[in-house]
Amino acid sequence: MDLLSILQIFDSAVRLATPLLFACLAGLFSERAGIFDIGLEGKILISAFFSAGVAVLTGSIWLGLIAGLAGSVLFSAMHGLASITFRGNQLISGVALNFLASGLTVLIGEAWFGLGGRSPGLKNAERFLPIELPFAESLSGVPIFGPIYKELISGHTLLVYVALLAVPLSWFVLYRTRFGLRLRAVGENPAAVDTAGISVIKLRYAAMLIAGILCGLAGIYLATGLGAGFGKEMSAGRGYIALAALIFAKWRPWYALGATMLFGLLEAVANRYQNIDLGGFIVPVQFMQALPYIMTVIILAGIVGAAIPPRAGGQPYVKER
Amino acid sequence: MEKMPRWADVLLIPLINLTIAFSISALVILAIGENPVVVVKMMVSGALGSSYGWGYTLYYATNFLFTGLAVAVAFQASLFNIGGEGQAAMGGLGVALVCLFIPFPHWAVALVFAMAGGALFGAIWALIPAYLQAKRGSHIVITTIMFNFIAASLLNYLLVNVLRPTGSMDPSSARFPETTHLPTFHDMLTPFGINFSKAAPVNISLLIGLVMAVAVYFLLWRTRLGYEIRSFGKNQSASVYAGISITKITIVAMMISGGIAGMMAINNTMGESERLIMNSVEGAGFIGIAVALMGRNHPFGVLLAALLFGFLYQGGGEVSLWTKIPRELIIVVQALVIMFTGALDNMVRMPVERAFIRAAKRRKAS
Repeated sequence: MDLLSILQIFDSAVRLATPLLFACLAGLFSERAGIFDIGLEGKILISAFFSAGVAVLTGSIWLGLIAGLAGSVLFSAMHGLASITFRGNQLISGVALNFLASGLTVLIGEAWFGLGGRSPGLKNAERFLPIELPFAESLSGVPIFGPIYKELISGHTLLVYVALLAVPLSWFVLYRTRFGLRLRAVGENPAAVDTAGISVIKLRYAAMLIAGILCGLAGIYLATGLGAGFGKEMSAGRGYIALAALIFAKWRPWYALGATMLFGLLEAVANRYQNIDLGGFIVPVQFMQALPYIMTVIILAGIVGAAIPPRAGGQPYVKER
Repeated sequence: MEKMPRWADVLLIPLINLTIAFSISALVILAIGENPVVVVKMMVSGALGSSYGWGYTLYYATNFLFTGLAVAVAFQASLFNIGGEGQAAMGGLGVALVCLFIPFPHWAVALVFAMAGGALFGAIWALIPAYLQAKRGSHIVITTIMFNFIAASLLNYLLVNVLRPTGSMDPSSARFPETTHLPTFHDMLTPFGINFSKAAPVNISLLIGLVMAVAVYFLLWRTRLGYEIRSFGKNQSASVYAGISITKITIVAMMISGGIAGMMAINNTMGESERLIMNSVEGAGFIGIAVALMGRNHPFGVLLAALLFGFLYQGGGEVSLWTKIPRELIIVVQALVIMFTGALDNMVRMPVERAFIRAAKRRKAS
């Protein structure tokens, strides 16, 4: 295998990892604040739909971006309402939101476009286009570094770079700010945070808002960056893979980058080579597709080091009276 | 402490929840420019207006009865089994292997073996997440979701590479032999002079489903194991103190749950398609969650909820034929039912409870 095809696989891995990374960070903020978020999948789907749908109707990617974010944040707010205000079961709420997204997108899509749930294809003004970084062409002659710069680092859409920047930013917010400290504390011991006179409810809603925005970006990238339009069920389990990556990453931002890149790489390899021949033994493509899930189960089983979730995860907080 | 009367808990609150869910569904229909009254009429005539409609309604209801019971048993032990979809898919594999590779003299014998095969495969698919939850503390919701995907990939592989007959392009198994074909309602009712639609797929599995509902009731409320499952679901630490083993109850409850989900395959795989097809479960495992929540995890409630969802599913199919509203309307209704009877239950419960307590106090005072 030559350098160019290796670079192409890595390039495609970065593209495929981007929605996972956004969604994984969304889940990270949510779960670090003590709210389980099974609904990542639904939020990706709804924001993908509204971003592509509104971009087609208005001809502007920026209005599409706003619509996508609004859809995802609205879903996040519903999750907050159920799991924070009404102290309902967070898992059930997440499951309900996933179904709501998968039904509503087709229902509204059919009413708007009549294409069986698809949106029409996006024109260039209606999507995020690849950005050619400076000197990509002129440096391409430089051995090794040139092709890496041109093929792998340059030529992605804006949202890919935003996703990569979101990793250090998330790390900084969580570990170097007062808000982050409180957010993490609320996921471990909300009673202590409450005793210190800080509102658990406000913090958790703030986490929901951040999760909504990040997850929205995942969907927007999927429909307007990676693809050019919305397709029925286009999230295709990515919300669940992001959840798997979150466990893999042990709820840490930098690890989340590694985990999502790994899962992105798996998908890129599975896309490029249908069946992989390992010296006579053929690895079927279905195995490659199931690999992220199998790996997550193995991680969960604690075979490769334990993954310990935030302690207060999933429990609604009831103030003492 | 004053309490709400029991009828309000089991009847009033679920009814209010459902009313909200259906009202919002009606608003959604209005918002996309259709008339909800017309849609409901179309659903009723499509699902209940002919023996063909009834036959499909009851066929879908059978699927949801199995998956709803499965989710309910796990819920009683406070285990959230989202894996019904994968367990039912694996049950389909179990049923298919039994039907394809054992020569049966009669469908009745085949049915018994197919039930065992489906239940066994479903139970095994639930066993691994259960074991991991009980022994390693890994969250059952995450592992059962992962197992849904793994089951889908496994079946995809088996149907494309192993079970597909040579020369066939279709990723599905060979047809099951004639002797495994289950009697449909048409076959069963004709001797009594009742003319039931021949095309409708409802079959003897519905009766098996009803028997299973009764069996689940007896298991949960009339046996020691059922008592242990329910007490474990209500209060884990008290159950441990009473000598109930966490490991045992988690594994047994999940295997029963997975077994019932797997048994669903006698209806869709053995009864309807008569071969194993790709994506045979079609979301029934997930609808089981809505059915169990709506039925308050009681077999009788599950039965009613399964019938309602059977009606919605068939009615929704009819609506999609005649209007611009796609089948996915049902997924929206399903989502809203799960949201309002499950996650937002407190939104209705808290004010209703307060109203009852206030009324009781006022009665006492006067």
